[in-house]
Amino acid sequence: MERSPSSLKLFGSWASSYTHRVQLAMKLKNIQFEYIEEDLANKSEALLQFNPIYKKVPVLVHNDRPIAESVIILQYVDEVWSDRPVLPTDPYERSVARFWCHFADDKLGPAVGAVFASSGEVQKAAVDQVHENLALIERELREGFFKGKKFFGGESIGLLDIVLGCGSYWLAVFDEVMTDVKLVDPEALPLFHAWLREFEALDEVKETIPAVDKLLEYAKAVRQMLLGMSNNATADSPTATASASATAPVPDITVDS
Amino acid sequence: MAASGNPEVKLLGIWFSPFVLRARIALNLKEVQYEFLEEQLGTKSELLLESNPVYKKMPVLIHDGKPVCESLIIVQYIDEVWAGSGTTLMPTDAYERAIHRFWTVYVDDKLYSSFLDSIMRYRTDEAKAEAEEQTVAALQLLEEAFDKISKGKPFFGGDTIGYLDIALGCFLGWIRAAEINGLKLLDHARTPLLCAWAEKFYNNEAVRAVIPDTMKLAEFTKVLRSSYQNRVPPTK
Repeated sequence: MERSPSSLKLFGSWASSYTHRVQLAMKLKNIQFEYIEEDLANKSEALLQFNPIYKKVPVLVHNDRPIAESVIILQYVDEVWSDRPVLPTDPYERSVARFWCHFADDKLGPAVGAVFASSGEVQKAAVDQVHENLALIERELREGFFKGKKFFGGESIGLLDIVLGCGSYWLAVFDEVMTDVKLVDPEALPLFHAWLREFEALDEVKETIPAVDKLLEYAKAVRQMLLGMSNNATADSPTATASASATAPVPDITVDS
Repeated sequence: MAASGNPEVKLLGIWFSPFVLRARIALNLKEVQYEFLEEQLGTKSELLLESNPVYKKMPVLIHDGKPVCESLIIVQYIDEVWAGSGTTLMPTDAYERAIHRFWTVYVDDKLYSSFLDSIMRYRTDEAKAEAEEQTVAALQLLEEAFDKISKGKPFFGGDTIGYLDIALGCFLGWIRAAEINGLKLLDHARTPLLCAWAEKFYNNEAVRAVIPDTMKLAEFTKVLRSSYQNRVPPTK
């Protein structure tokens, strides 16, 4: 099995939860690799060459061949390094894990981002969205497919734990930075809250996710910048309308997956 | 495929949806009998709302009573469950799988959204033209991708239709309909490989059986467009 560090490189960013997903999987599977920290304000030639379409982190480069998009990287890594699997083996369980990973990145992530990038009424609408999304996950834990499980992956963490977990730590950080916002109420979301605490208590997770004070400092700086941007923006600006467009009327007849 | 088939495999869908088409093509390629439950435009059945409470959208595959949602997840599920039947949809090599998956994300993220803007969601003629350009640019990238991925073979999947072929090919009916309505999207000069690929894809048995009629789609696009205009107020 290929384990030489120079043939396996990960381009990432220290505060990127998408990068953390890959780092956590590598740690679980005990895979050696070279990590390259990217300055997202000044992206390297190498990154732009390996991910010309999205120009984003993380990008995994294995034997000079790039793989982009965190969930795609996770599946690739799981398929190439079969020790300590991260995806379930059963096709139905895989489809459920993939569904909720899609939900996390399609709905929950953008809603959380919208909360962070807005204020006032727009933010309130975004917060409601986050609550709705988390309530769906809570329901699945309470009475759905994940009922009675310690982690989404069962007794140990799997793909969905990694995807949801590396991202959910921002919820507490944002709650701290924006004192009039409460994203995770342990009473409203007892199972989600319990899962998150179990996840964050794992050694591999503690070794992957940056220290809370660093995250807080970073989040405060970004929040300041975003508020500064929206103060200068008109009502039609992208940040102000980010969450408003999520609720704009769309014909019932579009049936995207 | 017959409207009634194996009752243990049901697909909730509607005739015009490219996403539903993905599932139907996959089922056909894997030679799986299924019951197609057609939803009515403008309403959502109890079964749909129960089976996909999160998104309330089609397609939903219901296999032995268990729902699978999201078209691409359904296609992978079909490939995995009926692994011994029909042709294999996902590439066997892990890196090729990653490449197919990357481009399906691109198709759903960039191509689909520009395309929808160009046929339906545009607010002004300028916006329409811009959306058309963006769709063409996306198709151009896919043309280059096809060149690298197919390695001279007829499909992204090689000799047979694969995951990425299905993900992109499901839009061909809509693309042809848009071209009838005046857009210029696939082009023998700019995207010759995709043009050749499109012919082969269209003529495949598994696809021909279920792809909607182009004229019907062209008319339907106009209906969608005026419905959208009625629901969404025009900008300045």
